[in-house]
Amino acid sequence: MDIRLMDDAPSDAERAVIAALIDPVEEVGSHLAIGGHSARRHRHLLLPVLSAVQSEIGWVSKGALNEICRRLVIPPAEAYGVASFYALISTTERPSVVAHVCDDIACRLVRSEFPHGDAVVSSPCLGQCDRRPAVLLQRAGVEDVVNAPGDQDPFELVGVADPTVVGDRLLARVGHADPESIGSYADHGGWQALEKARALGPAAVIEEVERSGLKGRGGAAFPTGVKWRAVAAEPAPRYLVCNADESEPGTFKDRVVMEGDPFAVIESMIIAAVATGCAKGYIYVRGEYPLAASRLRHALHETRLAGQLGPEFDIEIIRGQGAYICGEETALFNSIEGLRGEPRQKPPFPAQVGLFGRPTVINNVETLINVPGIVLEGGEAFAAIGTPDSAGTRLFCLSGDINRPGTYEVAMGGALGELVDLAGGFVGETQAILLGGAAGAFVDTEALSMPLTFEDSRSRGVSLGSGVVMAFNSSRDMHDVVRRIARFFRDESCGQCVPCRVGTVRVEEALARSRSAPLEAGLIDEIDRAMKDASICGLGHTAASVVRSAISLGLIS
Amino acid sequence: MISLTIDGQTVVSPEGATLLEACRSIGKDQPTLCYLETLAPVNVCRVCVVEVEGSRTLVPSCSRKVEPGMKVQTESERVRHSRKVVFELLASSVDLSLVDDSVQEWMTNYQVDPGRFGDLAPLVDDRDERHAGHHYENTGTHAETVFQPVKVDNSLYVRDYSRCILCYKCVEACGDDAQNTFAIAVAGRGFDARISTEFDVALPQGACVFCGNCIGVCPTGALMFRSEHELRASDLWHEEEQTVTRTVCSYCGVGCNLELHVQDNRIVKVTSPIDHSVTSGHLCIKGRFGYEYVQQLGDLATTPIDDVLRRAREAGTV
Repeated sequence: MDIRLMDDAPSDAERAVIAALIDPVEEVGSHLAIGGHSARRHRHLLLPVLSAVQSEIGWVSKGALNEICRRLVIPPAEAYGVASFYALISTTERPSVVAHVCDDIACRLVRSEFPHGDAVVSSPCLGQCDRRPAVLLQRAGVEDVVNAPGDQDPFELVGVADPTVVGDRLLARVGHADPESIGSYADHGGWQALEKARALGPAAVIEEVERSGLKGRGGAAFPTGVKWRAVAAEPAPRYLVCNADESEPGTFKDRVVMEGDPFAVIESMIIAAVATGCAKGYIYVRGEYPLAASRLRHALHETRLAGQLGPEFDIEIIRGQGAYICGEETALFNSIEGLRGEPRQKPPFPAQVGLFGRPTVINNVETLINVPGIVLEGGEAFAAIGTPDSAGTRLFCLSGDINRPGTYEVAMGGALGELVDLAGGFVGETQAILLGGAAGAFVDTEALSMPLTFEDSRSRGVSLGSGVVMAFNSSRDMHDVVRRIARFFRDESCGQCVPCRVGTVRVEEALARSRSAPLEAGLIDEIDRAMKDASICGLGHTAASVVRSAISLGLIS
Repeated sequence: MISLTIDGQTVVSPEGATLLEACRSIGKDQPTLCYLETLAPVNVCRVCVVEVEGSRTLVPSCSRKVEPGMKVQTESERVRHSRKVVFELLASSVDLSLVDDSVQEWMTNYQVDPGRFGDLAPLVDDRDERHAGHHYENTGTHAETVFQPVKVDNSLYVRDYSRCILCYKCVEACGDDAQNTFAIAVAGRGFDARISTEFDVALPQGACVFCGNCIGVCPTGALMFRSEHELRASDLWHEEEQTVTRTVCSYCGVGCNLELHVQDNRIVKVTSPIDHSVTSGHLCIKGRFGYEYVQQLGDLATTPIDDVLRRAREAGTV
């Protein structure tokens, strides 16, 4: 590849950060001529090294980008295209501490002032709705930190300090076992499932997962066993990816699991690798979850020392850098590969052509942590929980005008109202409940009788999505809430396909106009239909769903 | 061979063919913007979507391969609706005045009405500085556009991104589908995504080798010979008066065919036929821009634009 670099040189500090991750390459003047495969095989280091420079230096300068391109043999224009794709990477100089203040739908219920400037920017949902309002501090040279009530904080936070975590299967260890101790994990039942899985062998593990009826918890509800069997039948090398890019507004359950029980995520991944014969695993953790990433990193280290990871299967953590779209599985692959996080047209599906073009198992955190229980108790025991079509328990993220916001694990099949009661009921008179997240739908209190299952939600035209249950009482300005959701999708569209790139803008504009004029419901409906039918990925397909549900419930007019 | 039906008509296509190829094989053309025979399909413009029985969403015909027994609709209400809205979204945010006549016909056919999103927002000059994930609160008074100043940073070609529909063709032609220079890429995100050099540096400071292959594939006139741009700006571009002469480039022995676009006995732009076996429409800087020596001008420093402009000035039309 013949590459023309820029003339800019990195500072010593920048060079040191980059050198720690990438070896230098042979130089050929201002052009690089290093051929074919050797040039391309390091591309996957692009996101990690951009993240490292952003984190240590505070921004990515021309000199730093040039040095990265020189060592990775990437054209500067492409690397700039990747860097400028992410909200947490800055290609212009800025203060060494930048506060990302969440002004998304849950946080704006408790905070009305949103300062902004060079050092303070607004942020989409930070996944802290159970202890809102939240602020992410991006700090050059120091680990990022999320502040929420109870922490020392420059924004005088008020709210819930101790979020609730209720659950006795998936959440059994959260708050009880020490998340930083592998011994504590073992004392609380850890590693037994892995031992049993190794004894059972790949075919038997896949059979148990199929028998369990486990369906993906990321939103699409695809049968996990079917996915695993398909990948296991494909030629090696195969990859395993844990999708921990939890960015759906109102969702925080995966964060609670990763922060509170990181070894469970790792054990589950090793079991999945045993079953499917994957050579390498990746955990793609949302950039806004610094604590989860550091707990997982520590847990990986201890697991490696304990000999449970090694040459036959190891796991790498990749941190996202602020892009909701990277939770879409194929965008996530592109992001890991060092490309822009743009979704791919399907088919082909990940089971055949996934990460690095290889067959790939990709599962959400919550999906994976169901696996140890299935292996230990058997698929049939798992299938007996919940309903025939919705087996097992489910994690729900309760927030908004609810007495005890938090993460609640309940067997599927119970009514929405029972779940709300578990969280102490509503605060005030409820006018709407957001179900499934920003890509979900609003429902009214009539839906409280709805059983929480895939089939019941589908038959009502709603979705459990990522398990969001956010309540809004009658004092809330729903127009403001819906507009914030429209703004979210406008910000998070990758921009690749026309219907989503422009459609999300036009929906936001129509909502803005409706403050002072009648709502153009017909226009929004037409845009939504085109986005649903013609967009490449799920973001466009669902971007206006919430808006339409708000219109049909009469929440906005 | 694979058998499928398109709008009820049975079609037999070779394995590996796309739905678009299958449609065209029976004379059913589909609109396309980001598709070009010589480039890998990126399926981003979505105007070629068709309905396939059993598929939850519409599928892009430019990239979806034919499968046995597929039942395809190209004129269903869903197809027409999506195409209409997609064209409207584009036409309300981008200057499409220079797109091909065939695209204009499709837009007429689908009764495209871009005005229903409101008056178009005026030109802004900050699009290259926008940060992913952040935008100003939208007031809805205007339909947001990509209108921005033309980038004129070299003497050979201009970039008028007010006309850019982000079809990725220029990026592909600059990259591994043709030139392997990688001077430009898509930067930014969402509606603020744009074609850019690294840090938006001017083309002469970047990796551009001025082959002009990006101009050759641009479907909207966003990338244009500087001569054409300036003649248009002076209202002196008269395509109907131009002749196109096919010849062979005289610089080296490869045999690239050139099409010389001539107005007032002056070369105003150079293209190469897309179906030419040597070039596939692509040229190098010499073939594309190195035509001064055939102009036989008395003053060697005179360019054809200067010449035309001078005449115009003398005639008092500029």
